[in-house]
Amino acid sequence: MNKARRNPFNLAAAHGILIVYTIIALFPVFVILINSFKERRSIFREPLALPHSESFSTVGYETVFNQGDFFLYFQNSLIVTVASLFFVLLFGAMAAFALAEYKFKGNTLMGLYLALGIMIPIRIGTVAILEMMVSTGLVNTLWALILVYTAQGLPLAVFILSEFMRQVSDDLKNAGRIDGLSEYTIFFRLVLPLVRPAMATVAVFNMIPIWNDLWFPLILAPAEETKTLTLGSQVFIGQFVTDWNAVLSALSMAILPVMVLYVIFSRQLIRGITSGAVK
Amino acid sequence: MRQSRIKWHIIVFLAPAVLVYTAIMIVPLFNTLRLSLFTEVDQERVYVGLENFRTLFGDPRWSESFWNALGNNFWFFFIHMLVQNPIGILLAALLSNPRLRFSALYRTAIFVPTILSFVIVGFAWKLILSPIWGIAPEMLDAVGLGFLYQPWLGLEETSLTTLALISVWQFVGIPMMLIYAALLSIPDEILEAGECDGITGMSAFWKIKLPLILPSIGIISILTFVGNFNAFDLIYAAQGALAGPNFATDILGTFMYRTFFGFQLQLGDPHMGSAIASAMFVIILIGVCFYLFAIQSRMRRYQF
Repeated sequence: MNKARRNPFNLAAAHGILIVYTIIALFPVFVILINSFKERRSIFREPLALPHSESFSTVGYETVFNQGDFFLYFQNSLIVTVASLFFVLLFGAMAAFALAEYKFKGNTLMGLYLALGIMIPIRIGTVAILEMMVSTGLVNTLWALILVYTAQGLPLAVFILSEFMRQVSDDLKNAGRIDGLSEYTIFFRLVLPLVRPAMATVAVFNMIPIWNDLWFPLILAPAEETKTLTLGSQVFIGQFVTDWNAVLSALSMAILPVMVLYVIFSRQLIRGITSGAVK
Repeated sequence: MRQSRIKWHIIVFLAPAVLVYTAIMIVPLFNTLRLSLFTEVDQERVYVGLENFRTLFGDPRWSESFWNALGNNFWFFFIHMLVQNPIGILLAALLSNPRLRFSALYRTAIFVPTILSFVIVGFAWKLILSPIWGIAPEMLDAVGLGFLYQPWLGLEETSLTTLALISVWQFVGIPMMLIYAALLSIPDEILEAGECDGITGMSAFWKIKLPLILPSIGIISILTFVGNFNAFDLIYAAQGALAGPNFATDILGTFMYRTFFGFQLQLGDPHMGSAIASAMFVIILIGVCFYLFAIQSRMRRYQF
């Protein structure tokens, strides 16, 4: 009956287009990775060849390890990302619970107020944020970044989490109340475990933009000891721009952590996007 | 009696989020708008009303850069709408075919560029397109198109479009995913009903699926708009704060950064920076309001 859907030619064409696009998507990453393991001459002579015994070299990585403090940058990125996610999830879930569970004056208004930040980017306020961080002495500390990313992540977190919390059964919470549990215990013991999948979605959504951000580390924490991996690799590559081995190795090392995270969380991420949580 | 008591737990639940959000996001936003009405004279802040905006839009030294950045920003957005969204829709339409195998694999692979940082994307493409390394010219040579090669990122006429296409390459995964989700949520009964009326294949896509995914296309368009009008990172990573060559790739984000942070010989000016930020705020606000009132409210949503 349905000729178009069964037509093997159409299916082959679909595979063809998708394969071509997959190659376009992965090609630059592939080229960077293979060339980071080659010695300088082979990088230029045969850029598309895999490294073999003759051309293999890790001289770029040696430069990166000797010159750049990538371990520190990595640690900074990790601290900032994990701490921001923790606060986004904790504060976001608490506010979402208040909005979803209790009827109080100004509930809708509060919801709208918190939702404003979904569409208005926090970067617009950078000038005043920098001024505030300077006057509170938080500039060039990781706290500056953690606070900014927490504020940036909260609007969407509250929006998504309150949608999910409305679906938690009232009977369960009321049973808890009859057993004499406080509102706090109900939230932490009964409700939070039930919305764990939504929390994971929010975490994955926030993780990548925080990890990859260049704007705020550049403006709020450019000091050597607070550089994040993204800013660190930007500065490092800028300095070593003629040392192709070092640049390619630094790029590969910056790709590695995100790729590992992506492989671990890609199912969660894709499920989160396709579940319609952001519609 | 109980109704009138203050419910402390509500306040405790709301307080941390509201405080952080208000202090770090809302207050600085309004402070930035306010700062744009001041200027610095002899290290003192003086109220000048809309003078900064008059300078920004009217004084040739400033207005030239501003209109250049704004125009570039619109071109940047235009390329995204023209290239990113059609490709995203095409890929999603192909992926949503239930008989297609390996679709999860394709999805995962095509989404990879989206998770990479702008620094990686910017430098990786800079290296690949570089005439020194020669990957791009060699590959074009291999298919007999070598004469087409130019150092696209280095030429004034092509650099902005090239960067926009690099950004498209990076973000095409997002429209693909959202459209894919929307296509999956179309019930089979509707498509089968169409089949009974003889609507299959391409015409089923144009006549049934496309109208049903229009709300998702609207969301993608506004996300792209907001994202493009506060973009900065890719241009900075690939071309530096000067957005070369000769400011050909300058957009509002890089213009604001240079103005408020200073570069080379020019000193940073937080008040002019705030004025540019306020202009960006108004542009984004107009876009969002246009979407909410003119597009979203008129779009019919179908409930299945």
